[in-house]
Amino acid sequence: MADLIKLKKGLDIRVEGEAEREFGQAALGDLVGFNPDDFYGIVPKPALKPGDAVKVGTVLFYNKKQPDVKIVSPVSGTLEAINRGDRRKILSIVVRNDSKMTQESIKKPDLNGSVEDIKKALSDAGMFAFIKQRPYDVIANPSDTPRSIFISAFDLAPLAADYEFIFKDSQSDFQNGIDLLAKIAPVFVGVKNGTKTFANVKNATVTAFEGKYPASNVGVQINNVQPINKGEIVWTIGAQEVVYIGRFAGKGILDFSKNVALTGSEAYSRCYYKMTLGQSLSQILDSNICKGSNATIISGNPLSGSETTQDSFLAPFVNQITVMKNGSDVDEFMGWIMPRFNTFSTYSSVASSFISKICHGRKYTPDTRILGGQRNMIMSGEYDKVTPMDIYMEYLVKAIIAFDIDKMEALGIYEVAPEDFAAAECVCSSKMELQRIVRDGLDKLQKEMC
Amino acid sequence: MGNIRKYIDKIKPTFSEGGKLSMFRSVFEGFETFLLVPNETSKPKGVHIHDAIDSKRIMIMVVIALMPALLFGMYNVGYQHYLAIGQAAVAGFWSKFWFGFLAVLPKILVTYIVGLGIEFTVAQWKGEEIHEGFLVTGIILPMIVPVDCPLWILAIATAFAVIFAKEIFGGTGMNIVNVALIARAFLFFAYPSKMSGDNVWIRTTDVCGLGEGQVIDGFSGATPLGQIATAPDATAQITDAAGQAISTWDAIAGFIPGSIGETSVIAIALGAILLLCTGIASWKTMLSVFVGGGLTAFLFNIGGIESAAANLPWYEHFIYGGFCFGAVFMATDPVTSARTECGKYIYGFLIGVMAILIRVLNPGYPEGMMLAILLMNVCAPLIDYCVVQSNISKRQKRAIKK
Repeated sequence: MADLIKLKKGLDIRVEGEAEREFGQAALGDLVGFNPDDFYGIVPKPALKPGDAVKVGTVLFYNKKQPDVKIVSPVSGTLEAINRGDRRKILSIVVRNDSKMTQESIKKPDLNGSVEDIKKALSDAGMFAFIKQRPYDVIANPSDTPRSIFISAFDLAPLAADYEFIFKDSQSDFQNGIDLLAKIAPVFVGVKNGTKTFANVKNATVTAFEGKYPASNVGVQINNVQPINKGEIVWTIGAQEVVYIGRFAGKGILDFSKNVALTGSEAYSRCYYKMTLGQSLSQILDSNICKGSNATIISGNPLSGSETTQDSFLAPFVNQITVMKNGSDVDEFMGWIMPRFNTFSTYSSVASSFISKICHGRKYTPDTRILGGQRNMIMSGEYDKVTPMDIYMEYLVKAIIAFDIDKMEALGIYEVAPEDFAAAECVCSSKMELQRIVRDGLDKLQKEMC
Repeated sequence: MGNIRKYIDKIKPTFSEGGKLSMFRSVFEGFETFLLVPNETSKPKGVHIHDAIDSKRIMIMVVIALMPALLFGMYNVGYQHYLAIGQAAVAGFWSKFWFGFLAVLPKILVTYIVGLGIEFTVAQWKGEEIHEGFLVTGIILPMIVPVDCPLWILAIATAFAVIFAKEIFGGTGMNIVNVALIARAFLFFAYPSKMSGDNVWIRTTDVCGLGEGQVIDGFSGATPLGQIATAPDATAQITDAAGQAISTWDAIAGFIPGSIGETSVIAIALGAILLLCTGIASWKTMLSVFVGGGLTAFLFNIGGIESAAANLPWYEHFIYGGFCFGAVFMATDPVTSARTECGKYIYGFLIGVMAILIRVLNPGYPEGMMLAILLMNVCAPLIDYCVVQSNISKRQKRAIKK
């Protein structure tokens, strides 16, 4: 049986707008695309020109710094456009789908082959674009030898997709993926305590976790299972991406379909959709956002996800699209003294927080307002209360702001990713942009070290 | 709400850059966010749900928590005055309170006008929003001075503390020592005759014609701690302004001479409950101040030192002077206290220890709370350093072991 780690610290925000456990219909649509920024850390170099024929598995673009990191097309058709912005920055690469799903002939990886062969096969199939690394939380470099590979097989973020539901039929693919990854490095899987879907995972060290968000963050799991030391590299990969690899390893096909939860108070029919990576979000969002609502669309969960638009494409690494109230049109009178019955807070000075301590299960409909002005750090211990990691978050953030590399290293910068600070950023009474600070710090550090 | 928003939007350009009144931009912004919660939304890549708490609400909660002590302090100022002129039994509740209110209000006004004036100016100069930290400092400061402290001195102390203890470090959240305590320490060392001794704790003259009368014979304005420090015997007889003995109950309720807000343990306890329930003050710091103080005083009790201060029962140290006030409202200031959870225990404990050490062993200072907290404010980063360093060493050891 798996080891059980109970994490007491964390943040439980009950938000209105969970997805119903049923599947809705969504057409694949004519256009499928990628935003290279979603693959953090790569410098995109297009491999094709507009008009070129594309099959499932044809390389669309690759990392200029590391050509083995390739991003392949999830559909067949023709390359429609490479949209560029200021200074010719690639904003999106769009493929016109011919609905045939013709597959490129890519060699199936040999489970008994050498590590190099397996890496090569994964690289050719575009799978390395889905593997991230710690330190720096960027797309991994295939030539590295990781100490271990970590996978988190649950998600506790507000409104998160239920992994038990979306991976119900993908158990064998998930196992195939792990079998292949285990050839590269020891694999660690973090599962929810009492999981059924991931109960029989083999070939990996399985750890069960019990706790609140962010216990489902892979960074938290690494920190509690086998923390990263300076000089070590750990690869992290999402459960969905393991399934992609499993489909490729087991059946030799590239299938980038995934189940996505449409959640949030402003979404009209909230349920799960079978979608394909890069599919236009308008396929599920058109006529699906409450009428007259001033909504914000988030790719991912409301804490670590990023804002997106209705006509953008389904990003990698997310199994959730959240439609929240924007709130810029709300005028709240004297919020600093009003009891406030309907706003989320961890402080009992806000009435709703006090009430929710008495009646559990109370749900909120939050909007995206910051609800205060940015200040210097005033309150202490706020971050540590919601982060079950053996790291002094506040001191790490200060070291990052000062960009004191020695301090950052000593305090554990190599173990964290911006998403690990999402809960802390949520509760920060000084409204500091912790995820941005950490992202900038990691980028600067990487530049300095490499 | 719509009308307020419309009106604010209408006058906004006048105060924005290039507008006629742009020199008051920070003040305008301050009032705008005071009236309406800012409706700025999250950044595209940031958290999209924010906690409803902000520094305004935190500071206001502390101010509310201070209210019982302040209101009681006002009443006590009147009570002590009427006691001194021998009319305590004659004067009613409201005339005592009204007397105290009139005596204390100018102090509050002076600290707020001077302090906020500096805050507004600095915010305008730096192009930042006004930080709310002074809301608390501005109300605490009048509460920790004697009622006879002259206003002009208070104004100088406020200006000194806000500029040199806070703004030059970078404003609220960046200061190393508690601003209100620095102001008090400044007063204490620069104007000792107005801050200590037997003649500053009770207002003997009238306020705006209210409470006229002759001071009774045998009047003494010494605080209980002052009496203990100067007691010739090993046990002190603590008396009030009229020469009557002060009971423990009087001291707990707060009917003793002292700084304006510090006397009533009950009123301070009400504030403490609010601060602890709302999670704004750390119970770890608060509790360990009492543990540290109680333990030290107890050791003196059994230590056999022949002085009134050493022989004062350990629990009575809590009810005289500013021990409770300091423990509840000043030691728990999150900015200047230790910031690590483990550090808070050490920090609080040492404050308690130092406060009693100074009270008992230093005949020059009957009250030790102010100096103890200031000293520990300076040491707090050291405590945190040690706590954080243990985490760092652990990480390094882990790396070497591999």
